[in-house]
Parts: sequence; C-alpha cells; structure tokens
Amino acid sequence: MKFRNWLTAASAVCAYVALAAGPLHSDPLKVGFIYVGPTGDFGWTYEHDQGRLAVEEAYGDAVQTSYVESVPEGADAERVLTQMALSGHKLIFTTSFGYMDPTINVAAKFPDVRFEHATGYKRADNVSTYSARFYEGRAVIGHIAGRMTKTNKIGYIASYPIPEVIRGINSAYIHARKVNPDVEFKIVWVFTWFDPAKEADAASTLIEQGVDVIMQHTDSPAAMTIAEEKGIHAFGQASDMKQFGPNARLSSIIDNWAPYYVARTGAMMDGTWESVDTWHGINEGMVEIGEFSDQIPAEVQTEAQAISDAIVAGNYHPFTGPLNKQDGSAWLSEGETADDGVMLGMNFYVEGIEGSIPQ
Amino acid sequence: MIRLERRRRQSRAWALATPVLAVCATVATGMVMFALLGKDPVEAIRTIFWAPLFDPNLASYARPQILVKAAPLVLIAIGLSLGFRANIWNIGAEGQYIMGAIAGGATALALYPLDAWWIFPLMITAGIAGGVAWAMVPALLKIRFNANEILVSLMLVYVAEQLLASVSIGLLRNPDGIGFPGSRNLQHYESAANSELITGTGIHTGVIAAIAVALMVHALLRLHRLGFQIRLAGLSARSAAHSGANPKRLTAICLAAGGGLAGLAGIFELAGPAGQLTIDFNVGYGFTAIIVAFLGRLNPLGIVLAGLLMALTYIGGEMAQFMLNLPAAAIQAFQGMLLFFLLSMDFLSRFRIAFGTARIN
Amino acid sequence: MDLSSINPLLLIATMIAASMPIFFAAIGELVAEKSGVLNLGVEGMMIIGAVCGFVAAVETGSPIAGVFAAMLAGAALSLLFGLLTQLLHANQVATGLALTLFGLGLSALIGQSYAGIKPPSFPQIGFGTLSELPVIGALLFGYDALVYASAVLVVAVWWFLGRSRGGLALRAVGENQDAAHALGYRVVAIRMGAIVFGGACAGVGGAYLSLLRVPQWTEGATAGAGWIALALVVFSSWKPFRVVLGAFLFGGVTLLQLNLQAVGAEINPVYLSMAPYLVTIVALAAISGTGRGAHLGAPGSLGKPFHASG
Repeated sequence: MKFRNWLTAASAVCAYVALAAGPLHSDPLKVGFIYVGPTGDFGWTYEHDQGRLAVEEAYGDAVQTSYVESVPEGADAERVLTQMALSGHKLIFTTSFGYMDPTINVAAKFPDVRFEHATGYKRADNVSTYSARFYEGRAVIGHIAGRMTKTNKIGYIASYPIPEVIRGINSAYIHARKVNPDVEFKIVWVFTWFDPAKEADAASTLIEQGVDVIMQHTDSPAAMTIAEEKGIHAFGQASDMKQFGPNARLSSIIDNWAPYYVARTGAMMDGTWESVDTWHGINEGMVEIGEFSDQIPAEVQTEAQAISDAIVAGNYHPFTGPLNKQDGSAWLSEGETADDGVMLGMNFYVEGIEGSIPQ
Repeated sequence: MIRLERRRRQSRAWALATPVLAVCATVATGMVMFALLGKDPVEAIRTIFWAPLFDPNLASYARPQILVKAAPLVLIAIGLSLGFRANIWNIGAEGQYIMGAIAGGATALALYPLDAWWIFPLMITAGIAGGVAWAMVPALLKIRFNANEILVSLMLVYVAEQLLASVSIGLLRNPDGIGFPGSRNLQHYESAANSELITGTGIHTGVIAAIAVALMVHALLRLHRLGFQIRLAGLSARSAAHSGANPKRLTAICLAAGGGLAGLAGIFELAGPAGQLTIDFNVGYGFTAIIVAFLGRLNPLGIVLAGLLMALTYIGGEMAQFMLNLPAAAIQAFQGMLLFFLLSMDFLSRFRIAFGTARIN
Repeated sequence: MDLSSINPLLLIATMIAASMPIFFAAIGELVAEKSGVLNLGVEGMMIIGAVCGFVAAVETGSPIAGVFAAMLAGAALSLLFGLLTQLLHANQVATGLALTLFGLGLSALIGQSYAGIKPPSFPQIGFGTLSELPVIGALLFGYDALVYASAVLVVAVWWFLGRSRGGLALRAVGENQDAAHALGYRVVAIRMGAIVFGGACAGVGGAYLSLLRVPQWTEGATAGAGWIALALVVFSSWKPFRVVLGAFLFGGVTLLQLNLQAVGAEINPVYLSMAPYLVTIVALAAISGTGRGAHLGAPGSLGKPFHASG
C-alpha cells in the first residue's frame, strides 16, 4: 500500500474518533449489503458497492451502511443475513442470485426487516426483487459490434449456460446480424464468473480464431486487457473498464445500481417501502451504456444512440419478431415482442447462432 | 549455546498453554495490522473473539451457529486425522465432500416428491457412499500401482468441482426453477430435509453426528486393535506390519474413513444449512479441515476444539466486516496469522529450549 | 467444426505464455521437494509475488524491478514457512495451507489501491530480422524475456540437481535426512535454501501472471494456479524437463478446449475441463505401476520433520 494511503487511513481514524466522541443524533437507518465477490473485482460486486457508496453520499449521517464481501451462497449467506438483521439493519440488499432462498428464509424470521434480492424471482411482503434488463444494453453493443467487425467474427466469452447469459447472447446476436448479415458469433463457455487467466485465455483463443470484437459475460477485466494488447475491440462489462483498454474499449454496459439503492433507501426512510418486482433497463438508468469511443464512426454512434433512445421511449423491444429459434421453429411472429416470463427462463439460441448450449 | 531438545514425552502443561499463548500472540500482531488498516484495534479483536459469544444482540444466535459451522470441519478433520496418523495423505476431502453431497442429493431428488421415513437414512447412506467411492480411487491406485495419494486425491477435487457445476446446471437442476442453475431446495422436501433439531438454533443432525464421531474415534484409538495399528503405522510402517497390520488394508480403511466422513459432512450440509446443490456449493471445508486436524494435534477431542476456534473466527470475522467495515481480506490474513502462531508454538510442547551443551537423553 | 482454422503456431505461442506461471512455481517447488520439503503454500506465495511484483512495477515504472520484488516477496513468505517448519517443527502440510490463506488475505490488502491500474509493459527482446523468419521466427523469437529465462532456469536446475555437488547434497538430504545428517550435511540449512528458492520462483510465477499474462491486479488473480503447480511437480515425477512438458499440458489443455469450442466442436466443456486432471491421474498410475515406484524420484524424506538429536 502506498504511504499516502496510510496517511489517509490514519487521518480517517482520527476523524472517526472525533465523530464518535461527539453527541449522537437520532439513530441512523442501518442498511446492509452482502456481496458474492470481493469489492475489488472491478465487475459485479464493485458496481454494487458503488451503489452502496451512493446511498451514503445521498443521505449522509441519516444512514449507516455496512457490507460483508465474498459470502458464499447458501448456509453462510443465511447466517450473515440473520446477523445483520439481529444487529439492527432495517434494509438489506442481497446482491446475487444464489442468495434467493437464504433471503426468503431470513425474511420470514424478521418481518420488520426489508430485503431486496437481486436477480431472483421469489418475493414476500418484506422481500422485493430487482434486476436489470442487461439485454437492452446488449442490443446496443451488439449493433456496434456488428458494424465495427471487419472479419465478421465476434467473440463472446460466456460464463455459465443460464438464462441471463443466453438472453445476452441472443440479444447481441440479433442486433449484430441485423446490420451485418455475414456476422458469425464464436461463443466460448469458461464455466467461471471470475478467473482472469482463463478469461484471458478465452480472449486470446478467440482472437486467434479471427475475432476482432469481443464481448464478455464474465466479471474480470482480463479480456479487455488482452484486447488492448492485441489491438482489437472489446466492451466493458459491469463496470466501464476504460482504464484497462483505452484504445480497445468501444463502449460498455454498466450496471448502475445507485439510483435504485438510493430510491429504496429513501422509501424506507419516508415509510413508503413496499414489496415490488423491479426489472429496470436503460430508461430507468439501471443499465447504462458507457460513453462511445471516438473509434466508432459518427453514423454508427448515431444509430446506436437511436436504438438506445427507442428503447428508452418504449418504441422498441430488443426481442421483436419475426424471430425463430435456433432449430428453425417459429418463436415470435412479425411485430410480436417477447414477454418477460419467456425471457426470464430463456434456454435456447435464436436462429443463426451456431453450436449448442452446453448442459 | 541455545538448542532445542526433544522432550521424551509431550509436556502436558505446555500442550495446554501453547494455544493460549498463540491466541495472545495473534491478538497482539492482529492489533498492529488492524491499526495499520485504520481500524480501532481493540474493537476489532473484541468483535472477532467476543461478539459471537457475548454480544447482547447476536450471541444467542451466534453461539449455536458456531457449532453448526464447526460440524462439517470436525467431521472431515476427524476422518482425515486417522489417515494422517498412519501417514496416509488424503488432501482431497473437498472432492469427497462434494461427491457425498451429489450422491446423497441425487438420491433424494430422484425420489422427490415421495414421502417416506426411509428417504433420509437412505440419502445419508448414499452421501457416505459417494464420499467413500471418491476416496477409493486414490486408495486403489495406491494399493495397486503405488500412485501418490496426495496428488490423486487433490486432482479428484477438480474433477468433482466440474461435475458439481455440470449437475447444477444440467442433470439435477430444479425443473421448477425457470432455467436458473441449482437443484431443488431439500429444506423444502420434508422427507429429505436435515432440519433443525432445536428451533431457532440451526442445530441439525450433523452437529450431533460430529460430536458422536469425535467420541467414537476417541474410543477407537484407545481401545480397539485398529486404532493401535493406525497409531503404529504412523510411527513405523515396519513395526505396524510386524504387529499384524496389513498396510494395504490400512490404506483402504483410512482413505475410506476420510472419504466417508467428508461425504457425510457434505450430505448433512446439503440437506440442512445449504439446502441446494449449486455451482458454488463447496466452500473449502475440505481444505480447512486439514488445518483443523493438525491444530487439534490429530486428536479427536482436540479437533473439536480446533474446529470450534476456526468457526468462531469465521463468524467473528463476518461480524467485524459489517460492524467495523473491515475488508474480508484482513480477516483472512488474521486467520492465517492465528494458524501460524498455533502451529509454531506447538513446538514448545514437544521441545524444550536448553542452554549449554547437549545432554545425553 | 473446422479444425484447420486453429493456427498451430499461434496456439503454441499462447500455450507457452499460459504455461509460464505454473512452470515457474512448479520448478521452485520441485527443488524444495527434492530437499524433502512439501510446501503446500505455493498459491499463497504466487499471489504475494503477483501483487508485490505489480506494485513494484507500477511504483518504479520498471517491470524488471517488479519481477525482482516478486522474487523477494515470494522468498520472504517462504522464509516464514521455513522458519515454522524447519526451526519450529510445525507440520508442513498445515503450515503450507495456512500460508496460502495468509497470502491470499495479505495480497488483497496490499493490492487494495492498485486495482484498475495498468502496469508498465514488459520489454520484448528484439531479435531483429530473426523474428520475421517464417515459422521459426514466431516459434523461437517472439517471446518475452521471462520465457527465455525459464529455459535457462530449467537447464540450471537440471544441472544443479543432477550434476553439481550442491545438488547432490540437496538430494541426499531429501532422500534420507538422517543418513545425510550423519554424513555431515547441514540438513536444515540446505532445506531453508531450497524453500527460499521455491518461494522466489513462485513469486516470479505470480508476477508473470500479473505483469504479462493478464497485465492487471485483481483480488484472487491466481485463481488456483498454485495448486496446479503442486500437481505438476508430482506429474513430472520430480524431473525438471518433465515440468516443462507438464506445464505445457496443463496450460495447453485449457487453451485447447477453448479453441475446440471456438471452432465449434460439440464436446461438453465440462469434460474437457476435467481432462488434464484425469490425464494426470492415469499418467501417474501408469508410471508408478511400472514397478519403478521406488525410483520415481519421490524424495524419501518428503514431508518428514527433521530434528538432529544429540
């Protein structure tokens, strides 16, 4: 650690001691977060922690946030949640799909504590769910990728074959194909969310296969780093990742949980909190499209912006028919849009994607 | 001249005193680290060691949770300790734990939603069998080909992890889970659930089993011929053979015991606290248990104490995170220091520091 | 599926890069094990090397300084292991595991403010026109300095262990500590040297990861590479050149399966991911089963504590 950080840390202690010694105001609202990875992953958990910091920023002394990081899904999560509830946290964000059952179990024991579970589907009177329509972002970057590729080969580093990931692949493919009929997706499944070396290997492999644009659905910025090194393009995932590939990065899909976290904390404070199911997209700001790089020609930027604007305005749905499934069977007819239920459990590729989903 | 002299027998007084000394040393070093991280050192130590046991809001919940967290560690560590005593190095308990959970879980899920009393015992048996089967691979390869069991058992951990990922998104995926990964939650399947025995404590059959196994192995090592052979094999393979022990049989038994208990821990954890098989079901108990086994000096009762201490630092560490905003990494480093001190101070019970020239013992 | 689209030259070059971190860690561990010490803390030493190498490279602007810092950091952590196991007679297996736990935690603390920074890039060795030769140019002259260093290292280790006096002493200590002691070899000192060498190598392996392979620092960046390195030592049956082969196999199988996926082979990636481990098990059973078990190279005193009595 750098010396100046020790200094900051030391002065922070002094400030803390000074604060603690002063008279206490009314008890602040305690808001808890549990994270599946370390806050320094620069991906999924990092962005949730940014949301937490935004809550602190917004409400200052009126809130007190705390977190536990790298909590395994399952038994450990249930224990951590219970302890948070017991120690006076009134609102708890559980930020990974695997926390679903533990959240529901603990919520049943603490009816006066409110829970917010990310990306799940089980709710209760004191449990809300929230998730982001990342596929909207994938539509925009899919379009850019389709226009930017010279080799007509786009690489996709996928984590696990689950609906969330498959939805992203489909959305990106549809929009790349729309502007570039010759486009081909090369998809590799790495079976991990976070393993920089393996993600880097996947990126190198794809590049050797002639891919010149890479998308990823894994958490580390390794692929971006490799793309920068090899002089091809990539998109930031979860966080902007610009610092990892200043030339390689075309744009990014940023998970922006801050507005939601701030709003929900606010609702707790003024007593309007209710159990809801939130699935927000670009419009509400939960999915943010990172700034377009200058490497994207102006007209492509305009088109991409237009897609984003149309989604925001509600005029366009990324899954709009006619669309067939991979096996050629009809899925959506002309003008029909996919309903949330089907999208939530999506387990098939759309027509044109090669290869099969591993089981 | 300062020298180390091996004590002819372990010093009982030092054996009891060293863990206390080690904790004191860890506290001192830990306080320096926490202070450097800009946290109140006294508060941090108090939260890690004191809050889980005595915090007015948390203790009543956390105390039994220490037992719950320690149970799989103790079960696995006791199984491993038998092998370690006989110089049989099974370090693949993590894989055996996973396979126990998969085998037991698959059994229960295959019978879903049948309601019968025999499902739970059958599932437990399948869990043990899964662990034993996985441990038999290194055992057989060692017996037949003299292949190094350290490596084979370790390799099989990775194979088991891949299998776990595969079944969680494929074969055993919850058909009602709208495509999300992970199996059905066994907590909601009454015939298979390893539910809590005392309401509100989380204490499940696995906790009782851990205590029972500790007592049984304690008795076995003292009273039974097999226990004698295991202890002897650790001292000298030749004299063990003289006493009538068959080294191949001993290898098989020790690995089976380690695998079986790891499998048992796996299925108890799956059907109880964890509930469902997911990609990340295993959280490293199989590796931590190796440390626990040595901290407990390979003695079943010592292992129970070591397991409880590890569980305490886990739970206290979580509390330190959300009460003091300490990063998880600091807790990990702190645990590492605790282990270093415990392991290094152990020598005081086995050696004496002598001054002057050597004496003839 | 179109296998012809896999360019073997590129694949080999990437495989070499992929094998470097585990190669360095494994060759160091091999020397330690040859002296009779089993250090399961490779993962911990690697990640400390990764983070310290990264921090030093960023702060000084010199990746070479980073590599040396990683060496020192890995050596320092291994010294701790040596102190505990050799002087205080702590159990090697447990101490090694604790070392890993400690290293993972400490590395995350050290690296806290270094996430998201780009390290200075590693200088390529200029071979001039040589690297433009067809086939040979890409195969022999396209790497970073550490790859060539690794080739030197493996020869040096092979020579040292097999041909030098020091190596003889080291092997004697690992083979039969009591006999070696009786012959007047300084068992503890020799082992300490081997442990520190192992730590330094693991540190370099870590630095290769954070400075070259994936030039960035993220928590937990080694993601289990240290464990693979341990497997590699046994896989190689304690022979330096087989470590090279093994590193290639382990690093390569992952790449190969990713390549097969990329060209559209319909093989379940789960089975492909298991492959290197299963291959190791089978290979191990096969070599051990030839009846040369005793001469496999497994040091006779591996993992056994040593105390010179009287």
